[in-house]
Amino acid sequence: MAMLETKDLHAWYGPSHILHGVSISVGEGEAVALVGRNGAGKTTTIRSIMGLMPKTTGTLCFAGTDLMSMRAHDRYRLGLAYVPEERRIVPGLTVRENLQLGLVAGRGDISESAAIDEIAESFPRLKERLGQEAVTMSGGEQQMLAIARAMIGRPKMILLDEPSEGIMPVLVEEMGALFRRLRTQGVTLLLVEQNVEWALRLADRAVIIDQGEVVYESSSAALLADKAIQERYCAV
Amino acid sequence: MDTELILMQLFSGVALGAILVITALGLSIIFGMLGVVNFAHGALFMVGAYAGLWVASLTGSFWWGLLVAPIMIGAFGMIIEFVLVRPLYGRSIDDPLLLTFGLGYVLVEAVRIIFGSDGIPFPTPPQLIGVVDLGVGFFPIYRLFVIGLVILVLLLLWLGLEKTRFGLIVRAGARDPTIMRVLGVDIGKVWLVVFGLGVGLAALGGVLAGPMRSVNPEMGSLVLAEAFVVTVIGGLGSLLGSIVAGLLVGIAISMTALFAPEMATIVMFALMAVVLLIRPQGLFGKLA
Repeated sequence: MAMLETKDLHAWYGPSHILHGVSISVGEGEAVALVGRNGAGKTTTIRSIMGLMPKTTGTLCFAGTDLMSMRAHDRYRLGLAYVPEERRIVPGLTVRENLQLGLVAGRGDISESAAIDEIAESFPRLKERLGQEAVTMSGGEQQMLAIARAMIGRPKMILLDEPSEGIMPVLVEEMGALFRRLRTQGVTLLLVEQNVEWALRLADRAVIIDQGEVVYESSSAALLADKAIQERYCAV
Repeated sequence: MDTELILMQLFSGVALGAILVITALGLSIIFGMLGVVNFAHGALFMVGAYAGLWVASLTGSFWWGLLVAPIMIGAFGMIIEFVLVRPLYGRSIDDPLLLTFGLGYVLVEAVRIIFGSDGIPFPTPPQLIGVVDLGVGFFPIYRLFVIGLVILVLLLLWLGLEKTRFGLIVRAGARDPTIMRVLGVDIGKVWLVVFGLGVGLAALGGVLAGPMRSVNPEMGSLVLAEAFVVTVIGGLGSLLGSIVAGLLVGIAISMTALFAPEMATIVMFALMAVVLLIRPQGLFGKLA
């Protein structure tokens, strides 16, 4: 059963028509890499799924529920979490408070202190800095915090927009290990990445978007082996 | 001039400042969270004073007026947000500004029609009539009460903002409403409550000011100017700034009234000019 399914998804920013009918299906527990050039429509696809685009049409289903008629905050409550490209760590708040933000709209079945302890175990770098103002951390640490904040509410699926961008290689490796662990816990992932090789090694399948349309779909292994396609659609 | 007189005037300034702090905080909270410059704030302060007077005369008790008027006018504020201000989000900042500017006039005229243009005396509650000896002189009990109540309200506000889940949502939502949306928070509901809270604070300021000034339809216009000066001196959106600047302005007005009464109404603008020359972002404001 598909965890997330989009059919003929169109999206607009004011007068500009960005997505021209994107159809993607992500199975339960699957990890899919969404790749393509800058400006191809990857971020817009994710933002449309989260309900952040001013205008969208088409079909959008998550865990059997129609998302189209739902506002952004209700989508999160269904178990759909999002790590935006700009991370959006809230200034003026500590690391702990930023983590709490992932729970404020929670279903109430997760104890806040237990959830933070649990997350701190998975993120030793954050554990030491719980009381620190979050935006004083390095970019990589802030990225980890953005991922931790998305995980803390125990979502069914996480959408990640360029998590490895501008991050030290050692942290990128750590992040990869974390995503593998999330998958063993059954969390579904949709990963938008410029770092194509890294993304393909983490994902089961790859979807390439170009000019607002899906142009290619295959297993990750097949795309990894097909340098010509990578060159054609993913070269910067 | 003796020190006792100066000290007494200082206390008066603190009492005046306390009401300014409460009123300016309401303005600052609404601006900080919603980005709305609420030009109806002074009128809502005045409406709060009338509502307090009305409830007090119905129940025969100042205390009911003090309790009910801010809640009533705060709820009215939520209706204003929902019906009038909400459709203007996402448009230029001028639109809600013009809307609230006009709304202020409408409220003043409405009060004039219902209660008349003349000032109405707002009796001091019998328990708070009289003076108390502070060692340096006699000080009106009512003004001490105002200072104490404002301290209590500030404490409650601080606790609410720093120690509760809703406070965390407000602090984070003021910085980044979009991230709150994708973390499951219906930010529109938060805005509704915050607007109501800000207006309720203005109404509380109005009720408290009632027994100190006369209650009339125009009483809000000066307060609006004072509250703006306070938020500018303190730094837009800074709550601590509103508190410090409110006291500063209250004391400055009070002291000028003692030494150079004819300057009392312009001293706050002079203070604002000096602060803006030295720190354009205000005492506690952050540079954009």
